[in-house]
Amino acid sequence: MSSAPVAVQPLPQGGVARMVGRRARDWIPAILVLVLTLGVWQGGVKAFHVKRFLLPAPSAIWTAFTNNQHALWREGWFTFQEALGGFAIGCGAAVLLAMVVARWRPLGNALMPYAIAANAVPIIAFAPITNAWFNPLTKSSKMAVAAVLCFFPVFVNVVRGLTSVKPQQLELMRSYAVGQLAVFRLVRIPTSLPFLFTSLKVASVLAMIGAIIGEYFGGSLDSLGANIKQDAALFQFEKAWAEILVACILGIGFYLAVALAERLATRWQPPGGFQSE
Amino acid sequence: MTVVAINGVSKQFKGGTVALRDIDLEIEPGEFVSLIGPSGCGKSTLLRIVGDLIQPSEGRVTVNGKPARKAREDHDYGIVFQDAVLYDWRTVSKNIALPLELAGTPRQERQAKVEQMLELVELQGFGDHHPWQLSGGMQQRVSIARALSFDPALLLMDEPFGALDEMTRERLNMELLKIWAETGSTIVFVTHSISEAVFLSTRVAVMSARPGRISNVIPIDLPQPRGEATREDPHFFELVTDVREALHGSHEQVPS
Repeated sequence: MSSAPVAVQPLPQGGVARMVGRRARDWIPAILVLVLTLGVWQGGVKAFHVKRFLLPAPSAIWTAFTNNQHALWREGWFTFQEALGGFAIGCGAAVLLAMVVARWRPLGNALMPYAIAANAVPIIAFAPITNAWFNPLTKSSKMAVAAVLCFFPVFVNVVRGLTSVKPQQLELMRSYAVGQLAVFRLVRIPTSLPFLFTSLKVASVLAMIGAIIGEYFGGSLDSLGANIKQDAALFQFEKAWAEILVACILGIGFYLAVALAERLATRWQPPGGFQSE
Repeated sequence: MTVVAINGVSKQFKGGTVALRDIDLEIEPGEFVSLIGPSGCGKSTLLRIVGDLIQPSEGRVTVNGKPARKAREDHDYGIVFQDAVLYDWRTVSKNIALPLELAGTPRQERQAKVEQMLELVELQGFGDHHPWQLSGGMQQRVSIARALSFDPALLLMDEPFGALDEMTRERLNMELLKIWAETGSTIVFVTHSISEAVFLSTRVAVMSARPGRISNVIPIDLPQPRGEATREDPHFFELVTDVREALHGSHEQVPS
């Protein structure tokens, strides 16, 4: 070797502050779009005298939001608990079953076609049924919808992740004469992490949808969904929109929390993940 | 003591394909033996049988005087594949340390060994990088460092430089010879490059296809240590010609 080897990809340089600064600059276009959209919305509603049951102005929604903040966040928290509970139950069950299926392939061959099929059907159609199974006023009936919604994408993805290990990685483990458990811990689980987090992000969105849709079919008036439905029926559109705003904030927050967990758990990946694998 | 003894090994895959028939080969300590042959001659299969990654249908293999299975369980060999097969979630250092970790080597000893290995493959300072940050040639050097980290007596290499460009390949050939000289290990090397086989080896086993057999074993009596001058030695070309003719001869016997 005549010359020193050079890394193809440099290590990330600079401190946290510089990274945050660069991130902030990256966000400027998106923030401009938001401001522009709100401006056009506000101006359009005023200029064309859009009926408030069609679309209230952002300022009216904001007023409803600030006036009802206390109640809104209480409803939001109620619904978020349902979503979180359903997310935990659904994703937990999916990961456990995926591990069993990845370990005993014949079981997987028997179950996977149905799991993939179930992943493609609108499971949300079951929402009224779970209200019949559980007391519709309790959180558990909504958790059930959210859990079922979360289950399939996570299950299918984690099975795929656990089984998409390259054959040579397994051959290498065999050359080290290690057992199945070590192969699981050292190879299969790390390989599956990007798949897991991709599906968890999907599930975080589905959990909020499941909880709110469940509430549309009858639920406690402490919840967002039931209030959105009621306020829309009572012509309190600004309040209904304010509730939707709370649902959005919680949903995005949930998603970002999962995305952050992903970044922490898979620091070894290049920024943005592996594109071609 | 013979490092690798292959006696009457045959391999028939499910479906009837005879990959190998009646292979006999003995490899002595410190030898560098290349297996060369057309694709489909079973050279990689033979290497995997030596490593007990595949079971032979007939015959037996001993490594360091032990059955292949026992040798694998005792970590008697290190293996390098055509792809580097690094674990993406581990840093370079942790990839190299993996076999030591599995063998229960204490942390401090592991770290010292990793440093030594990084120096051996000239990757000092890259221990904290992740595999995706390295070029293909560098990744393969990490893979070699990992295979050598636990000081195995035997190194099995399955077309390790096959996916690299010619210049990188020649550079890594030189490095491999240096490592071979420094560690004194025995190497079994699968390749389809005639010049690579001749340049590196002390013996070249020429294989023919369908069914895979060893048709010739050609001793390479080029002086050691080898270097750039070796590639220009007239005797090098003679030996390349010998191996090529042996390969072609083995082709002619096969109706295709």
